[in-house]
Amino acid sequence: MNESTNGPAKIRLENLVKRFPGQAKPAVDSLSMEIPEGEIVILVGPSGCGKTTTMKMINRLIEPTSGRIFLEDEDVTKVDADQLRRRIGYVIQQIGLFPHMTIAQNIATVPRMLGWKRDRIAARVDELLETVGMDPATYRGRYPKELSGGQRQRIGVARAMSADPDVMLMDEPFGAIDPITRDRLQNEFLRLQAEMKKTIIFVTHDIDEAIKMGDRIAILREGSHIAQFDTPEQILVHPADDFVADFIGRGASLKRLGLSRVHDIELSEWPTVREDASRSEALRVIEGSDKSSALVLDSANRPRRWVAAEHLRRAGEEPLGSIGLPTDAVVQPHATLSDALNEMLTARYSCAIVVGNDGAYLGIVDIDTINDAMRSMRSVERGRMRDRLIGEDDHATEVGE
Amino acid sequence: MTTVGSPSIRDPEAGQTPPPARHRGLGGYLFMPAALLAVLIVLYLWVSGQELDSTEQRRINADNITTVVREHIELAVLSTVLVLVIAIPLGIVLTRPALAKVTRPAIAVFNIGQALPTIGVLVLFAVVWDIGFWPVIVALVAYTVLPVLRNTMVGLQQVDESVIEAARGMGMSRAAVLGRIELPLAVPIIMAGVRTALVINVGTATLAAFVDGGGLGTLIVSGTAAGRDLIIIVGAVLTAVLALTIDYLAGIAEDVMRPRGL
Repeated sequence: MNESTNGPAKIRLENLVKRFPGQAKPAVDSLSMEIPEGEIVILVGPSGCGKTTTMKMINRLIEPTSGRIFLEDEDVTKVDADQLRRRIGYVIQQIGLFPHMTIAQNIATVPRMLGWKRDRIAARVDELLETVGMDPATYRGRYPKELSGGQRQRIGVARAMSADPDVMLMDEPFGAIDPITRDRLQNEFLRLQAEMKKTIIFVTHDIDEAIKMGDRIAILREGSHIAQFDTPEQILVHPADDFVADFIGRGASLKRLGLSRVHDIELSEWPTVREDASRSEALRVIEGSDKSSALVLDSANRPRRWVAAEHLRRAGEEPLGSIGLPTDAVVQPHATLSDALNEMLTARYSCAIVVGNDGAYLGIVDIDTINDAMRSMRSVERGRMRDRLIGEDDHATEVGE
Repeated sequence: MTTVGSPSIRDPEAGQTPPPARHRGLGGYLFMPAALLAVLIVLYLWVSGQELDSTEQRRINADNITTVVREHIELAVLSTVLVLVIAIPLGIVLTRPALAKVTRPAIAVFNIGQALPTIGVLVLFAVVWDIGFWPVIVALVAYTVLPVLRNTMVGLQQVDESVIEAARGMGMSRAAVLGRIELPLAVPIIMAGVRTALVINVGTATLAAFVDGGGLGTLIVSGTAAGRDLIIIVGAVLTAVLALTIDYLAGIAEDVMRPRGL
């Protein structure tokens, strides 16, 4: 399953079993899994599938009944659990900040246990507060109850990162936050992770969050059996079985749109005309295309107006820049295709105008553009899949000989 | 992570509410002592204006009053200290997950202690054991272990489970979690129990007079025996003032010991 894994495994679980007393079936039934270094691996599944139990066995908050856990090839199944946990960042949904300690004291918890010097701790606290976007001078002396939910969650993440662990465990870290703040925190976290490259195990029950946050997703069914462990793209395009397909739910293609960005696809063209051009010139441009309107650009190439043939034929001497209709549905290249589609649905000419960071016109996205993009992505995935299967066959043959 | 160039993230939620005031104002702190002092002055002026007969003089004089007040404080404070020494560690032990099974029976035993009438216990001790200081201390302790024990347990149990999980998840040992997280967070509730115990003990210590244990109760008992209302009133008022003073001091201790941020 790990053909496409780039780095070496950071965490390896070997036949991990957890049987709680008084329960007939094990909560985790012989799970083996490799977590590649520097990736966010999402454990996702219906409630009761054992995903949280699995995660808590990695820092041994829950002791496995049998099986082994390796952290960088070191067997940590029997090492001192407190020492182990100081090496692993831990974030939970309820955050669990210490209400009687200041923000600085909360963040300093692990460095203090590790015996860091006072100055080093203070510097680290300030650095982390900056990292999570909170002014150190304002916040280091405050108490948790003086913060909003989103701020507390940021401190929870900062506290987990305090001793710079390579590995972090996150149990539905954004689960108890309102959707708007959640979206912002997720984006911030992804931006941080792009630089930190930590190995993160992230538990959620929300497939949309899994697709957004995961480099790799393990979809678990009851007993923590892996139904599929693969990249979000692969899971959306090629769900391994009905369970996975059901879990992804309807609209896998729509979710897929949220994974690609406008700059990944080939833009379409729309007839354009400069705002200082004459009306007859504009009319010629429109007539020479298969569209019913042209996009008026200003001197810096920024889209200004839509002008249709009927606007031009109507009497008047105003310049192109002040007739026709205002432009709508403008997106930037880093917008997702799902954003673009959303804009497009309400746009006058059923297309979204793409502009660069300087506001200059780059092209348009319409439904055909997206359709083509989806089709080509699917064939690319299929190609990759085929390569992989062929690769495995080769391997099998070698072994056979 | 030390190399992260801190991608600056705007904080749209900046500017939160200021921390609420934790203590009562100065007026709140001064009212009680002023009122108690006024009561004592009124009592003094009233007693000074009376003609005291020899029985009354034998009881109402500076020496005797100092002695009985000191005895009373000794009874109340020593019994409360013993209660703390017994009830707080017991409360900690009984809230550990390993001992969850014995929690209920243990509480039931201490409930009996509080259900028994103290005067009955004192008389029982006088018959089967002794009279004087120590039997009184034991009776007072038996009576007030329960409120402190119960508050210690409730205080520890109300600590948010997720706070403990976070602490354990970061690698704090069980002992560190108890000492640095659970106990500090339980302090306000434990202190409320201690305050209750102190006030109960000040009031109940008046019964010591019946078994020769000393204290302010001797004024009330001897005044009743001699038919002198003046002695009874002085004893009763001083007991009330002492109880309120100790309650006031315990209240200040509560404010000081409550962790900031709660």
